[in-house]
Amino acid sequence: MATYFSPVSIDVPSTGQGGGGVRPPAYGGGRGDGRGDGSPDYGQRLRRVRLGLAIGLTSVTMIFVSLTSAYVVRRGLPTLDERTNAYVRDWIPVDLPIALLLLNTALLLASSVTAELARRQITRQAALAPLRSIPGVSLGEEKGFPWLAVTVVLGGGFLTGQWMAWRELADRGFYMATSASSSFVYLLTATHAVHLMGGILVLLYAAAVSLLNRPVEARRIVVDVTAWYWHFMFLLWLYIFGLVWFVR
Amino acid sequence: MATSATIHAHAPQGFIRKYIFSLDHKVIGLQYYFLALVAVFVGMFLSLLMRIHMIWPTAVLPLVGEIKPETYLSLLTMHGTIMVFFVLTTAPQGGFGNYFLPIQIGAPDMAFPVLNMLSFWTTFVAFVTILAAFFVTGGAPLHGWTGYAPLSALTNSGPGEQLGADLWITSIAIFCIASLMGALNFITTTLDLRAKGMTMMRMPLTVWAWFITAILGLLAFGVLLSAGILLLLDRNLGTSFYVPLVVVNGQIMGHKGGSPLLWQHLFWFFGHPEVYIAILPGMGVASQLLSTFSRKPIFGYRAMVYAIMAIGFLGFMVWGHHMFMSGMSPYTAFAFSIMTMAIGVPSAIKTFNWLGTIHGGRVRFQTPMLYAIGFVSLFVSGGLSGPFLAQPVLDIPLHDTAFVVGHFHLIMGVAAIFGMFAGTYYWFPKMFGRMMNETWGRVHFFITLVGTYCIFMPMHYLGMAGQPRRYSQFTELAYLQNLIPLNRFITYAAIITISAQFIFVINLFWSMFKGPKASDNPWESTTLEWITATPPPHDNFGGHTPVVNHGPYEYSVPGAPRDYIMQTDPATVASH
Repeated sequence: MATYFSPVSIDVPSTGQGGGGVRPPAYGGGRGDGRGDGSPDYGQRLRRVRLGLAIGLTSVTMIFVSLTSAYVVRRGLPTLDERTNAYVRDWIPVDLPIALLLLNTALLLASSVTAELARRQITRQAALAPLRSIPGVSLGEEKGFPWLAVTVVLGGGFLTGQWMAWRELADRGFYMATSASSSFVYLLTATHAVHLMGGILVLLYAAAVSLLNRPVEARRIVVDVTAWYWHFMFLLWLYIFGLVWFVR
Repeated sequence: MATSATIHAHAPQGFIRKYIFSLDHKVIGLQYYFLALVAVFVGMFLSLLMRIHMIWPTAVLPLVGEIKPETYLSLLTMHGTIMVFFVLTTAPQGGFGNYFLPIQIGAPDMAFPVLNMLSFWTTFVAFVTILAAFFVTGGAPLHGWTGYAPLSALTNSGPGEQLGADLWITSIAIFCIASLMGALNFITTTLDLRAKGMTMMRMPLTVWAWFITAILGLLAFGVLLSAGILLLLDRNLGTSFYVPLVVVNGQIMGHKGGSPLLWQHLFWFFGHPEVYIAILPGMGVASQLLSTFSRKPIFGYRAMVYAIMAIGFLGFMVWGHHMFMSGMSPYTAFAFSIMTMAIGVPSAIKTFNWLGTIHGGRVRFQTPMLYAIGFVSLFVSGGLSGPFLAQPVLDIPLHDTAFVVGHFHLIMGVAAIFGMFAGTYYWFPKMFGRMMNETWGRVHFFITLVGTYCIFMPMHYLGMAGQPRRYSQFTELAYLQNLIPLNRFITYAAIITISAQFIFVINLFWSMFKGPKASDNPWESTTLEWITATPPPHDNFGGHTPVVNHGPYEYSVPGAPRDYIMQTDPATVASH
């Protein structure tokens, strides 16, 4: 039997955290804020925020999964027609403005591409940041193309296009309460638009952060997760578009 | 976003930053706890009114006057909703989970402190919104905490179904968003902020319970949110998701073709996991306490972990057992029935292991331990009627009777409340630096335990004798005459039990200021919250980071000088 010594002790470790040392030490101090040795560990923070994003997107997925199940169930339901006293289907296929929606899809795809370019640009800048801080080292002025601004503009274009699509639907006689089919079209596109607006707000925040002269590594985290979020929003739109088009 | 870095470098100064809009998970945990304490008294008061009305239907009561049938339904709705959302979901997870999950895994705070603060204040807004429903025209809604359509989906289906119902749905939707933020934070924190050496299989069972609960919340609350949005649209924009062609007071409503069953499916897909969201943290606390106060390692740690996972997983497969009355196909009902009874297996594993933990231990019967034992007792008593109700053939006669009321109050309501009491008595010294009064704790325990059984056990007889639930008045029904004495007994028991809760509240606040000073580890427990100061400093461990070398329940290890080994003790202490 082993001997026992020392009561309660609190070690100050030299390595970072990690389940049972599976992960390599991430930073000094072993603290969530990485302030232990004065240099914040952005890589560790980026990983944490990305993890949070993935978990958050799970709940967004659940929202659309439940709406889809409601869509499928509602579409298959018969309803009693009070004049003929017979069961009929009240699901009227929505006459979607397909050309406009395809244009919107192209806009959103383009914005997803520019978001990715912004993400890569700032990743490069963040990687070079330590070099710039060395006295005497100059990498020259990097003129970054404002990919973020382009993304916001394209995203705004998409939302405007969606608004126009709603107007078009109304012109064709499909209002919110016309049929369950049109209710779902409005609901799904609106829910997606709300999520996309959240993305735009975060991108504007990222722009504000860059104006506030925060370190590029901190800005990079915001841009990185927003870009991933943006890609998810594009895929989500493809899914919604496919649902309301093919399952009319 | 990425704000954890800037937050806990130094403790905030000033009352507002420190106590109101605090980013400290410990303060937020207490905020959740006290919110739930207010909510539980509101909910309890409503239940008292209902119990009094049941045996004296014409009595004129203070504040509410004579209770009309629609008032009774409002009381029922608000009691259920407030208790389920703002007590059972809020205190065990938001309260204790927020306070102790980061400490127990050796983290300085939650992964996203700002999100944590937002999540509490969103919950607060939801609570205010639901209370507002009492004070609008028509009063609070009538549709029960389950909000079944079409009653809930029409604005003219009853007095409370006007603005009150809109506020109710809005409150639930806001609560969903708050819970999703909370769940995101809990999961990220558990996965990413564990101290060195804190492997998943070294986490205390409380942490496991909070973690699995967060996963359930993450997957379930989004569904309720969508369902609630559809309900709001049906009510306010004339859509027909849930409402079929329906005639109200001779007037044909504009809706057509919707399905009330769609609401039931979406609601219960959330609703059943919600039951486990309420009870799993209590299971975690019971496991922790039974081991600590029996001075024995938890019996079958791994089995406990896998059982929690199994319960969480199966919890998503059984929502249909709430809908046996809806005329579903017997084949579907059969599938749901089998899955439901399957939950009995991991539940039995847990119960067996709890008993195995106590067996042969040197049990210290202090108040927290009494409540942990009470939890197991109520879990078993309430759980045994589960397999009855899981069978459609038995559920159909019992479903709309007091039998189900007795069942779910025992297993989900009071058992979870006992988990909270256990947690309160156990962690109070760490949270406030003082001990609670032991004598009054015991008095509170015995009155509450006996009172609870006196309230809810007779309800099973009432149900079997055919007393319907949700009826505001039944004293005139001939076939229920012989049940009136039993109903009267329940009401008296409820009055006594509710009165006894003031013992708890007085003990709580008195001890906060006047209780004897607590040491850092008064229960001689092993987990990380007991290595730090009392109350814990702003960053939890005072600038240090604990390194974990041991499992969470190493009690009475042969060869060790004390009967417990802290998780941070050097690894050279006996192998395990």
